[in-house]
Amino acid sequence: MEKEIAGKKINVNEEGYLLDFNQWDQSIGEAIAKENNVDMTPRHWEVVKYLQGEHKNNVPLSIRKIGKSNVIDIKEFYALFPQGPLKISTKIAGIPKPASCL
Amino acid sequence: MKKILILGAGTAGTMMANHLQHELDKKLWEIEIIDEKVEHHYQPGYLFLPFDIYGPEDIIKTIEEFIPKGVSLRKGKIDKIDPMANQVKMVDGTSIAYDVLIIATGAKIAPEETEGMRGSEWQKSVFDFYTFEGALALRNKLREWDGGNMVVHITEMPIKCPVAPLEFAFLADSFFKNKKMREKVKITFVTPLSGAFTKPKATEALDHLLQEKDIHIESDFAIESVDNERKMIIDYGGREIPFDLLVTVPTNKGDELMERSNMGDDLNYVPTNKATLQSLNYNNVFVIGDASNVPASKAGSVAHFEAEILTENILRFIKNEPLKEDFDGHANCFIETGGGKALLIDFNYTHEPVEGTFPFPGVGPLRLLKESRMNHMGKLAFRWIYWNMLLKGTHIPFVSAQMQEAGKQY
Repeated sequence: MEKEIAGKKINVNEEGYLLDFNQWDQSIGEAIAKENNVDMTPRHWEVVKYLQGEHKNNVPLSIRKIGKSNVIDIKEFYALFPQGPLKISTKIAGIPKPASCL
Repeated sequence: MKKILILGAGTAGTMMANHLQHELDKKLWEIEIIDEKVEHHYQPGYLFLPFDIYGPEDIIKTIEEFIPKGVSLRKGKIDKIDPMANQVKMVDGTSIAYDVLIIATGAKIAPEETEGMRGSEWQKSVFDFYTFEGALALRNKLREWDGGNMVVHITEMPIKCPVAPLEFAFLADSFFKNKKMREKVKITFVTPLSGAFTKPKATEALDHLLQEKDIHIESDFAIESVDNERKMIIDYGGREIPFDLLVTVPTNKGDELMERSNMGDDLNYVPTNKATLQSLNYNNVFVIGDASNVPASKAGSVAHFEAEILTENILRFIKNEPLKEDFDGHANCFIETGGGKALLIDFNYTHEPVEGTFPFPGVGPLRLLKESRMNHMGKLAFRWIYWNMLLKGTHIPFVSAQMQEAGKQY
């Protein structure tokens, strides 16, 4: 479905995750963050950039992997993106919600 | 003489021994299977042990009685796999050379991954039911427990049988009702996921059942530690949930052998092609069941479907033919919902569990994603099927290795 984010028409799924990363830019990330009550700081963007890089390299994302990434520990990840940090941060980053492994 | 070596004589390894024994030319191939244990446990039975529905005798048989004649069973602990040298080294110093290796070493709980989990309250008020010892200790506790806060908890995904914790909560509700003490127990289901299950339609059905049974759900809970003194579980965001009785599913990991052999990922699962079941790193190594990192459920039914496909792929491999990319992640699980009823779900990598009929489209007799007594009978009958058909590699009539879309409401 199409949704207007930061004044642009963006393709998202029913949960609001971007379907095409090419439509992403920082203003889109900013707007999604605001919707989820997250105030973006340079540290937030650092983490978002890291997630985008991992996604580009097809690395499956999990809380455990991020905790061992040397980029951020799990405690800080939760502090930056309270409640489901992986869910919220990937939405802001414009990448798919990580499939929870069965 | 060439050798196929199977590591692990649990559900997956035993099935492979039986399949290959039927299919391979014994003049050219010998099959050996290694396990350090003596007993074969029916792991789905661990769910019923705490509630005195099954006793130990329903769950335990010997490994030996399911290994077919013509396959040699070696008992002992494996030290390392050396995949470059096509060798397995045993702790006692013996080396075993192989031509084809099948890894079926499974997964197990690792409570030490969470701070305080294996603390002073372990098996006093903190229990697991993914081991025989844990399930038995919990049975003894439940026999005399007089009520309070029961917290059923999943540490992190993936876990073996992802529906078992929910089933535990449902059976607990039934158990306390039968004991006429349900009002003395508050049951809370705590999960790192956003809802009861990983897939949307099943989550909807299961959330509804939780509500109906007055089981509270706390979702998106990523545990940081267990506080043994205050009897609390605490997540990374600082959320605290009090318990009088914590029934937890600790982090699950593959065998430490993979770490020693440098063949596993960060949870000791072996990187595996999800369609062919061949190791991603070594051509003559195959992986089946819980030991692999394929994104399918860690469940006996999955290992069963994998075994049919892997047998064919191993036959192809030894004839130098291309492997079939046939494994679709098919899983088929009964979910006990208490009160003599159960749900059935059937799904794969790409198709989530939905409503419908099984195994005959439009007929059933089993209904998918709906509670029924028939499904419960199916679950109980499954123990017989496990011991008498599944382990022996007998094809289960009308149930194909690949999932069928017919009879399902997508």
